Order: sequence, then structure tokens, then C-alpha cells
Amino acid sequence: MISCIAVPRDGRVGPAARCHWTGAMRVLVIEDDPETAKFIAKGLGESGYVADIATDGRKGLMLALDEDYDAAIIDRMLPGLDGLSLVETLRKADKTLPILFLSAMGSVEDRVQGLRGGGDDYLTKPFAFSELLARLEVLLRRQGATAPETKLKAGDLEMDLLTRAVTRAGQDIDLQPREFRLLEYLMRHAGQVVTRTMLLENVWGYHFDPQTNVIDVHVSRLRRKIDRDFETPLLETVRGAGYRLRAPH
Amino acid sequence: MIAGTTFFRSSIVRLALIYLGLFSAAVLVLLGIIYWTATDSVSRQIDKTIDAEIRGLAEQYRQGGTVGLIRAISRRVEEAERTRGLYLVTDHAFVPLAGNLSRWPDATPDAEGWVTFRLAFPDSEGGGINFGRARLFDLGGGLRLLVGHDVRERIRVSALIRESLIWGLAVTIAVSLAGGLLMARSLRGKIDAINRTSREIMAGDISQRIPASGRGDEFDQLASQLNAMLDQIERLLAGMKQVSDNIAHDLRSPLTRLRSRLEITLMEQQAAPAYRAAIEETIVEADRLLETFNALLSIAQAESGAPRRAFDSVRLNDVLRDVAELYEPVAEERGVRLEIGRVDTLSLTGDRTLLSQALANLLDNAIKFTPADGHVRLSLVRDGDAARIAVSDDGPGIPEAARARVQERFVRLEESRSTAGSGLGLSLVAAVARLHGGALRLSDNAPGLEAALVLPLPAAPARDSGGSRHD
Repeated sequence: MISCIAVPRDGRVGPAARCHWTGAMRVLVIEDDPETAKFIAKGLGESGYVADIATDGRKGLMLALDEDYDAAIIDRMLPGLDGLSLVETLRKADKTLPILFLSAMGSVEDRVQGLRGGGDDYLTKPFAFSELLARLEVLLRRQGATAPETKLKAGDLEMDLLTRAVTRAGQDIDLQPREFRLLEYLMRHAGQVVTRTMLLENVWGYHFDPQTNVIDVHVSRLRRKIDRDFETPLLETVRGAGYRLRAPH
Repeated sequence: MIAGTTFFRSSIVRLALIYLGLFSAAVLVLLGIIYWTATDSVSRQIDKTIDAEIRGLAEQYRQGGTVGLIRAISRRVEEAERTRGLYLVTDHAFVPLAGNLSRWPDATPDAEGWVTFRLAFPDSEGGGINFGRARLFDLGGGLRLLVGHDVRERIRVSALIRESLIWGLAVTIAVSLAGGLLMARSLRGKIDAINRTSREIMAGDISQRIPASGRGDEFDQLASQLNAMLDQIERLLAGMKQVSDNIAHDLRSPLTRLRSRLEITLMEQQAAPAYRAAIEETIVEADRLLETFNALLSIAQAESGAPRRAFDSVRLNDVLRDVAELYEPVAEERGVRLEIGRVDTLSLTGDRTLLSQALANLLDNAIKFTPADGHVRLSLVRDGDAARIAVSDDGPGIPEAARARVQERFVRLEESRSTAGSGLGLSLVAAVARLHGGALRLSDNAPGLEAALVLPLPAAPARDSGGSRHD
């Protein structure tokens, strides 16, 4: 696991990947609504990214083909060239940069279409900026991922994916299957903020928001198991965003 | 009415004309066959008569010699006016000895001695040209015999048949043209009725329906199909109107609240932390708004029937187990016991996400309204041709009158508005049930509420496909 120092900033976190790239990460934002585009670019700037904006599909495609971006955030409905065709063109041109679709079309069918078309993640409008940021960071980290691991580690918390054993400071921790998957997801994204929606999508496979915040209850249950008997808490709540499993050295 | 310019463009008229052509051709062929058969049989009849006479006269000649023959011919000539017979006996120099022909014909006979020639005298009825058909016979000793018949009979039969052919054709054309036009007009009238209704609907009156004749014919079937489609469209439109009304109603008040909070914050001079708090509250309010908005959208989507396109096989027992697992900690935290009753292995074709969401909403409600130390029971049972997913609680329940209301489109219970959530939970469940051809049934659990999602199962194989699984 690459360990990076996450820089907290107003309850958010800067790009965790900062430590192994020199200079700021460049993100291309293709979004036809100038307000939204500006808002995203400003938010990304605040979080330490450099964002370029394209307000129509053709310009966006040109930029994405000519320049070397680390990631792209692309609206599905664009003037000139729609987002889906744009991404398909990019993938045909062997551009492998991570792409996050942004769309007002949020049905499961739309989502599947977007992901099949070459998108790496799909976020439905309207969205919270923290959600966008968290997903972007996961995508950027995924780019750096190497061979499949058999062991995950975050501080003194260790998870063996083969024996399905979890220990903290050598002490066994007994987890239910779902708790195991929840912790696995958190550990794979140690140091990053993961939102409730991301957990619901990736751990449970649900694409809807339950009325009660069920995720909070699951996380606090997990937290009791991994943090209660230890001095330093590992699983923290990031206000207004989600959760983060700390990854101390 | 059929306008002149569009007359030939009308497919019905075209069809009528095609049928007219076909009928006429059929009549022509039929009468042609009759004509040919009739004239042929008349000719044959004449030839047979001539043959018989020749044989008779040859017999006379053999018995009575030339005198006998001439006498016999003279006798026949007397009757020729009636029999239309032609007779002639000549000597070796073709000088007539007896008969009613003035001279031997010039025409060359065929191999059997048949010859057709023009008769010099007009026929007795004053008709113009007349032909004779005869057989020539060499009697030996220089005597030649001709026995024939004038063919007026055959010509008359031909003329008669030709005449009836023309009449028949004319009547056929007239009848089929008139019938075709009548049919065209009648069909045109029915189609015009459909067009008229369509125009009225396009003009904005969706309540219009295509009239049916009540005969149950194809046009009635078409009309009832189109009317059923219009009913569905009208229902969808009503649903959409209801959704937009709801959006207007449900979003206007929180938006107003949000706006006035911001305005008040702006009006009062405050320290930075106060602004911060106000903004945070505003974000919370905005999130709630989005929640309501998303719930309304999900309902509208389920109501539209669009998710049916993405239907897939769904194991209901898996859905139940997963959702129960999702809510189990929530129940525990609230001191509610979540009990799983009988769970049959059942599958159907549907939308897993929406079914999960519907069940999650039912469970969410049940847990929310059940007091601490209460119970929430969950079961999945095959009930005839349907799967019945029941969530029962021992909370306060829903009064009977309200229970009926919640089945209606987008009707929400005032009671649930005061508690957390968008209050649209049950509406979505009902919409999802309808999307799957089922229904949401609310009943008294005495005390508490039993909410059952009753979903029709596919005919037979569902049980087998589900039953083979061991876990």
C-alpha cells in the first residue's frame, strides 16, 4: 500500500496522491453549465488540483486528446458532442485517464450505459462537492494500484484477504461478513474520504438512498469492534462528507 | 368525403381498383372459356350431322344408283329451308345434277374432305354474308357429292355469347366499382373517425375516445386498442401532473424557508461563526430538499414504467436477506427486534434496485414507528401465483381510512410528514408494486401495521430456478 500524508482542509482532504507525483494533479472538467463548471473548478483548486474547463463536447475532446490530464470529470449531456460519445472516442484513442461521469440522468440503466461506455465512476446531479472530491481521489488512487494484494494494512490494523482474519495490534477482531467487506473497502481507501453513498454502492451494491442513515449505524458498529479497545481511533467521521480510515505510519 | 386530388392516393380506392381489375380479368377468362367451349361444341355437332347425312346418301347411291341419289337429294333440298342443309351432286365435269348449290366450291378441301366456303345467296333472314361448311365425297364413276350445312347457327351462338360476355363484363365492372366505392367510403368514414379523434386529442382534449360500431370487427378492435393506449397515456399524464403538483407543493415551502433564512442572515449584522452556522443549516436544508426531489423522481420513474426495459431475474429471498441485513443494526440500535419469519425461495422478473428500495422503505417505516422493545417481522411467502413480502410491526399502525388513501397515487399520510424522511416512502413502495404488476396491501396487525408487497410470480419455472440453490 502506498502511504501518503493526507492534508485535512476544512473537513476535506487534499489529493492523497500528491506525495508521489510532483506538482499538482491536472483535472479536465467538461461541463456546459458555466456556474457548475466554475464551482467544480474552484472546489478542485481549493483542494490542490489544477482544473481546466471546457464548456462543450468538441472542445473538451480536443483538450483531452492534446493535453495530459490525470483525470476528467465529464457531464453526459453536452452541446456539440455528448459525453458518452466523447468518452467512447477517448477510449478508442487509448486514453486511459480515469473518467468520472456527471449526469442528471440517474437511473440504473443510465449508470450502466455510462460505465460500459468507458466511464470509471458515475455521479448523479445534484451532488455534494465532498462526494465528487472523494470519488475523484478514489479514481486517482486506483490508477496507481498494482498487483492484487492478499494483505491490507492501516496502522496496526491488518486484514488477511485469504484467511479473512482481521487483527489490530496482534489482537483478533471478529467481523460479520458484511463488516469485513465494509472494512476491506475502507482499508483499500485508507487515508481517503469515502462517502456514505460510495459505501452503499460498493459494499452493498445499492444505488438508492435509504431514508434512515443505515450506513452510519453499520460504521459505528464496525468502529466499536476495531477502535473501542484501542487508544488511537482509526475510523473517523469527516463532517459533511463521510468517513476515513486513518493510515498512520 | 373523398376529395378529388386525394382520391387516387387513397389506399382503399387503390385496393378497390385492383380488385376491379382482378374481377374483370376473371370474368373475361370465364366467359372466354364458355365461348370457346360452346362454339366448338356447335361446330362438332354440325360436323357430326354432315357425316351422318353423307353416310346415308352414300347408302342411297349404293342401293338406288344415281337416280335414287338424286331423288334423295331432291327430297332433302325441299327440307333444306328448315335443316339448313347444303347439297350438290355433280358429274365428272362438275356440272350440277341435283342440289341447292349453283356450283362446286373452289376452295381446296383438307385431308378428310372438309371445306369452308362463302355462300352466294343471302340467308333467308336477310343477314349479310353467310358461310357454308361441307364435306366432299367422291362417289366413283365421276359422280361427286357435297353435303354441308350453313354455319349461321354457329355464328348466332358466337354472337350471343359475345354479347353476354360484354354485358357480363359491364355488369361486373359496374357492380365492383359501385361496391368498391361504397366500401371505400365506409372504410374511409371509419378511418376519418379515428383521424378526427386524433386531431381533437392533439388539439388538447385527451379525454376523447374513438367511437366503436359495436360489431366487434377489426375496426372495433383497433379502436379499443387505441382507446386502451389513450387511457394509459391519460393515466400517465395525470400521474405526471400529480408529480409536478407535488413537486411544486413539496419543494416550494422548504425553498421558501431556505430563502428566508438566507435573507434574514444577510439582514442582520453578524459575526463570522453565525454566518457559518447559517450556511451549514442551509446545506442541511438543501440536502433534505434533494432527498424529497429524488424520492419524487424515483416514484415518477417507477410510475412511467421505464424500468421495465431493464427488468432482470431477481431472487426475492436474496433481496429480503440483503435488506434485512442492512437494517438489522438500525433495529438493534433502536431496541427493536427484527425477526425473520418464513422465507420461501422465489424469483421473479423485475428491478432489483427498486424492489430493494421498496422493501427498505417498508422496513425503515416499520422500525421507525415501532417503540423500543417492539418487534418487526419480515417474511416472504408464496401465496398462490404471487409472492407476498410482509413487514409487520407492533407500532401505532395506520387508521383504516388512511390505509385506503395511501394506495392512491402519491397520497401521503399527514402523520408520517412530521417524522424524519421525505414522507414519500409508501408512495414509492406502491409505485414499485404497480410497476411489477402487484400491489401494496396494508392491513391491521392488531396492534400495529402489516405492509405486504404482493407481486405476481411468473407461471411455473420460477420455483425451480430458485429452489435448486442451497445456502
